Amino acid sequence: MIDRRDFCKKALLIAGGMAIPLSALELFNPKRLLAEKNDPSPTRWAFLVDTHKCVGCGFCVKACKIENETPYDANVTRTWVERYIVARDGKTYIDSPRGGRDGFTSPKIDQGVEPPAEVRNEEIEKAFFVPKLCNQCDNPPCVQVCPVGATYQTADGVVLVDRSWCIGCGYCIMGCPYGVRFFHPVYHVAEKCNFCYHRISKGMKTACVDACPFGARRIGNLKDPNDPVTRVIMTERVGVLKEEYGTKPQVFYIGLSREVK
Amino acid sequence: MKSHVWRPLYIVLGVIVLVMLARAILVPEDFGIGQRGYMYGWHRKGNEADWKAVKVKYKGTDYCKKCHQDKFNDLRQSPHAAIQCENCHGPALGHPDDPPTLTIDRSRGLCIRCHARLPYHGSGRGAIRGINPETHHPEAECVLCHYPHNPKLEAKR
Repeated sequence: MIDRRDFCKKALLIAGGMAIPLSALELFNPKRLLAEKNDPSPTRWAFLVDTHKCVGCGFCVKACKIENETPYDANVTRTWVERYIVARDGKTYIDSPRGGRDGFTSPKIDQGVEPPAEVRNEEIEKAFFVPKLCNQCDNPPCVQVCPVGATYQTADGVVLVDRSWCIGCGYCIMGCPYGVRFFHPVYHVAEKCNFCYHRISKGMKTACVDACPFGARRIGNLKDPNDPVTRVIMTERVGVLKEEYGTKPQVFYIGLSREVK
Repeated sequence: MKSHVWRPLYIVLGVIVLVMLARAILVPEDFGIGQRGYMYGWHRKGNEADWKAVKVKYKGTDYCKKCHQDKFNDLRQSPHAAIQCENCHGPALGHPDDPPTLTIDRSRGLCIRCHARLPYHGSGRGAIRGINPETHHPEAECVLCHYPHNPKLEAKR
């Protein structure tokens, strides 16, 4: 026979026990705790773009295409440079002829329509260049949508594509909010910027960073607090593209403007 | 029980065995969850090494300097110091063995990447001295008059 005291005790115990959610119990999983303590990767690659410094020479695009064997005359590229011209009447003109591969050499705005638009110098309110490349997001939507596991994120944060495993369905190309993915015209698989994985894993900089004469592009390791790029990202005013998508992009921009999408 | 009850079960079991067999044959051994977990790390491990094995084409200025110290010194004291050799001379690849000579770009198109005048404030471009490529000696190559390793000097040829 159970007495009242015992009943109350046990009822409280059971109610209390049920209140602990299963997820809380995971805290006591020593394996997981250890994994979180000893982060397996000492590296998290991040990129820093200073749009004030970019002059639109396009050397980065040229170097990228040659280094990564993207067919030079095909109109696809892993990185590109956009020109923004905001006129006094409030209109914004954006162009990126051939991804900026040959630089911006004319005031004519090449948006693929004839005749090209042109804004007279005294009509320009502001004009600047914005280099774009893969954001190597912390929450990469392109990876989530891959039905076969052909695209994935490495421990150091870079999103890669397995060319032998990709079936070319194109979900990732649709899924990327930044439009950095495209079909490789030769291999017929999804293609994207991978921060020159073959270079950064050898301690070199990416081809575009080396090619930039103005220091507009920099790459660094976010997990190293003494890395100069990390220091800038941590201590200065930097922005990311399309933050509202929740993708946690890891390409940081200095001098973003609201026209930049 | 009668066999007509068992027969569909055998078929289902057979299909499962077939699928498992096909999976064992088709899926590479190193396919699995990487360090980023199921959501982002589901991949063939060997592919990381494939990407690391891509050939480096641009070797950087330090590589060029080993033999071409004189040109490097010229360049270092010039306003063009920040431009790496391979931007104009082409990627070193295995130079000097392969390729023995580089594809040097001496064209106007290369120079006007920066020096076509675009008066954009808010961008470094506005501060670069530039010309209008349509009116500034459109028939001539820039290097006829300007020495690219140090544009402050006159052409050395």
